[in-house]
Amino acid sequence: MDHIPIIKVGEFLLVSIQVDMHDRLAMRLQDDLTTQLIKTRAQGVLIDISSLDIVDSFIGRMIGNIASMMSILGAETVVVGMRPAVAITIVELGLSLSNVRTALNVDKGIGLLRVLVNSIGNEGSRHDNYQK
Amino acid sequence: MTIIKSEVLPLFTDDDLVKVRQAVRAWMIEQEFSLVTQTKMVTASSELGRNMVVYGGGGCARLECLNDFDRRGIRVIFEDQGPGIADISQALTDGFTTGDGLGLGLGLGGAKRLVNDFEIWSEPGHGTRVTITMWK
Repeated sequence: MDHIPIIKVGEFLLVSIQVDMHDRLAMRLQDDLTTQLIKTRAQGVLIDISSLDIVDSFIGRMIGNIASMMSILGAETVVVGMRPAVAITIVELGLSLSNVRTALNVDKGIGLLRVLVNSIGNEGSRHDNYQK
Repeated sequence: MTIIKSEVLPLFTDDDLVKVRQAVRAWMIEQEFSLVTQTKMVTASSELGRNMVVYGGGGCARLECLNDFDRRGIRVIFEDQGPGIADISQALTDGFTTGDGLGLGLGLGGAKRLVNDFEIWSEPGHGTRVTITMWK
């Protein structure tokens, strides 16, 4: 698999990482997501990592980078479905993922994205939204 | 202590890194380590393997299944003939990275925290060997 599929659901982009991520695939996801965000004018990104059996510092940095890029482009990012063993491991590893919003599952993640996007306000241009 | 079985895997690309992670996972499952312990060992292996691919010019990972009296262990030895590490204690510090690090500089120190035993040998100009072991 050369790309991780990105699906548009309403005003959000949905990414479900189902494969054992090698590093190039992770880098490509950053590029694809920024391109799709601009193309679809989506306001939020949901990343489902329930299939990932590890998150190491590289994948952690990639997730953090995506959240930062989306934020600069005026969209919110929520990461859902982290396995308990992965959560325990990344804390001991020293990863904080402090700039990443998380939710337990896809349903709660969509709910959180709606709240985040609505609290920013929907009127005006994307750039205006980011400034508010 | 006896080595019950061992296997050497090449480690030069990020595809090799995925294979090493999968092999470490399979060996941990075979020895019935808990899910959290498996995850810690695979994550530590991923950090050390990536260091080797990115900074050490690649090398190999040697997996060993150990029997030490009444306990079993999985040991992974990462060895490269790369530039080596001049200051090991500095390299073990969180946040330390040379140049454009791909991670967060958590590789060595983070891996050390995740496993039971951690040993590092390095000689500038000759290479680096990192050994991690998980016991049950």
